[in-house]
Amino acid sequence: MSVNMQKIETKRGAKVRVFEAGSGAPLVFMHGAGGLFPQNPFLDKLAERYHVYATEFPAYGESTGEELLEDMQDFALHGWDVITALGLTKPHIMGHSMGGMIAAEMACLAPNDLTKLVLVASAGLWIGEHPIPDIFSFLPHEFAQYLFHDRTQGEAMLTGGLDLKNPEALKEFYIGNSKRLSMAGKILFPIPNRRLSKRLYRLTAPTLVVWGKSDKLIPPVYADRFKALIPQAEVVQIAEAGHMVPYEQPEAFVAAVTRFLG
Amino acid sequence: MKFTWFNLMPWPYLPDDFREKHHSVWVDIPNTLYDPQKGHFVYHQYMDQLEYAEALGFDGIGCNEHHQNGYGLMPSPNIIAAGLARRTSKAAIAVIGNSLALYNPPIRVAEEFAMLDVISGGRLLAGFPVGTSMDTNYCYGQIPALTREKYAEAHELVMRAWHEDKPFAFDGKYNQLRHVNLWPKPIQKPNPPIYIPGGGSIETWDFCLDNDHNYSYLSFTGYLRGKKLLDGYWDRVAKRGKDESPYRAAFAQTICVADTDAEAEKLYAEHVNYFYNRCLHIYGGFADAPGYRTIKTLQADVVNALSEDMQNLFPSLSWKDLVDGGYVIAGSPETVRHRMEDLIKGLHVGHIFCLLHVGNMPDWKTRHSSKLFAEKVMPHLRNMWPEWKDDNRWWCNPMETRLQPEHGVEKARQDGRIPL
Repeated sequence: MSVNMQKIETKRGAKVRVFEAGSGAPLVFMHGAGGLFPQNPFLDKLAERYHVYATEFPAYGESTGEELLEDMQDFALHGWDVITALGLTKPHIMGHSMGGMIAAEMACLAPNDLTKLVLVASAGLWIGEHPIPDIFSFLPHEFAQYLFHDRTQGEAMLTGGLDLKNPEALKEFYIGNSKRLSMAGKILFPIPNRRLSKRLYRLTAPTLVVWGKSDKLIPPVYADRFKALIPQAEVVQIAEAGHMVPYEQPEAFVAAVTRFLG
Repeated sequence: MKFTWFNLMPWPYLPDDFREKHHSVWVDIPNTLYDPQKGHFVYHQYMDQLEYAEALGFDGIGCNEHHQNGYGLMPSPNIIAAGLARRTSKAAIAVIGNSLALYNPPIRVAEEFAMLDVISGGRLLAGFPVGTSMDTNYCYGQIPALTREKYAEAHELVMRAWHEDKPFAFDGKYNQLRHVNLWPKPIQKPNPPIYIPGGGSIETWDFCLDNDHNYSYLSFTGYLRGKKLLDGYWDRVAKRGKDESPYRAAFAQTICVADTDAEAEKLYAEHVNYFYNRCLHIYGGFADAPGYRTIKTLQADVVNALSEDMQNLFPSLSWKDLVDGGYVIAGSPETVRHRMEDLIKGLHVGHIFCLLHVGNMPDWKTRHSSKLFAEKVMPHLRNMWPEWKDDNRWWCNPMETRLQPEHGVEKARQDGRIPL
């Protein structure tokens, strides 16, 4: 599968890197607070069936313009600005974690402008009895245990093989992580709740909510809350997967998404 | 030289195994460790010590703001300062300070500082810290990437409120106020002297120099480590074409004085150890929320702060390490005097925030150390900047006819000082 990389500029002026592969119905993917990994096998698999556009938010990868986005509305409008710049009409939109929160906000703003919505371990809600751990206070070695079903494999994926005991590697990871989470903090800090719950009633697109059964960051009880708040939503839970469900169980994940999107 | 006696107000009853048993002294410290009935006496003892410092002849007495912090019992330093303002009349009241981004709206700071300035008869030194990441982001929920901008806006609002004589509208990004009209206004004109506690970023230095605010470097790692940072500041001062008055800068230093060097170790080592071991047991994940510092600043010095060596540094330092390394200036009056001279000349500072109460130091030791410093050290250091002796730009300018606590309002009325 060949992947094209392109840089687009939104009307607001953000310069965004987009990875594009496959053909078929357009499917826009929005990553979580950690950004895309160097390898994203689930996107490669989806590209066998759909025209996949994986966009990177400002401050992530080579995308810039972070100073242009300050609050939830900016992020959601930015999402639509990217779709406009790509020239897409009624794409499917899929977002993971923070990307799910943004995708859901986009769909609430313009419910008739997308075909189907996929929310993967999505942020955006807060249940007092099930507080989400504070990712902004994690030290580098603490992420994997919350993000993955299999912590050891997860750590390798997260660091791209970097040895965090090596000071230079640690610095590189820390600075990259600070840059990404600094941006994410604008909509996730200190509590990842910007009142999405009171807007979800507006959704008209069929929605799939996908969750890892052993998600220790945003536990699966949040999947049920999304289902309860969205007019037409179905939930799929995937075994032996944590918060990074698309990375941990790509086959099962892609099968569920494909079944839903058709 | 100006000497301000500072009390961080640590909780003195952290258990021996605090470091082993608990996650952090700050943010998520178990609040079951706090005992309000003991706290009653702790506050009064600490405030008594601050009043005693005035009696000893310290130029200022100081307090600061921390939240959910085992070594800082002052979420509202203004409450402490109000108590001090009523019971003292000579010393400057140094509130270092109010974290501007945490007050909603920040006009509250302009009001409360004006109240303190009026009650104290014009003795306020007004500090405006950005606030640590622990306080500002983790305890008070400010979005890290937007904290500095919010702070800068709040600073602009407070300064305008103090300066303007007519109501004005303020259309900020973080604060929208249709009718800003400060009441009461401070005694000191155009505003009380302003102190900006900061780390080593060029942005903070320029902010101080743009506004002619004092730059205060507050750390617990002492003057030898502070040298590099203050050298950077003075380079910046020179580059900006500002005069090099030592009163542009303040430095906080832990100081322990006894009759002899050996006696200093005997009296104070356990309390210094309490502070560096238990009070500075801060979980690394709370030190620096992503976005609190700029990427540029991070690139400059992130590795040090992150390394495991640094995380475990303090508890492994012996009394000798701490004293030789300048974290703590301790010893006989003679020893302390020489090291203070090195500090003052080496850092080129005119203001010292003297941390003479340390950790869980009992009252009598605190007073003993403070008295020796005031009587046997301070007089020798007074005139270290003769060429700048008339530079009062960063000191308070109290009203001459202010009240003395021992006389009160009735005496002032008899003297014809007040038109009541």
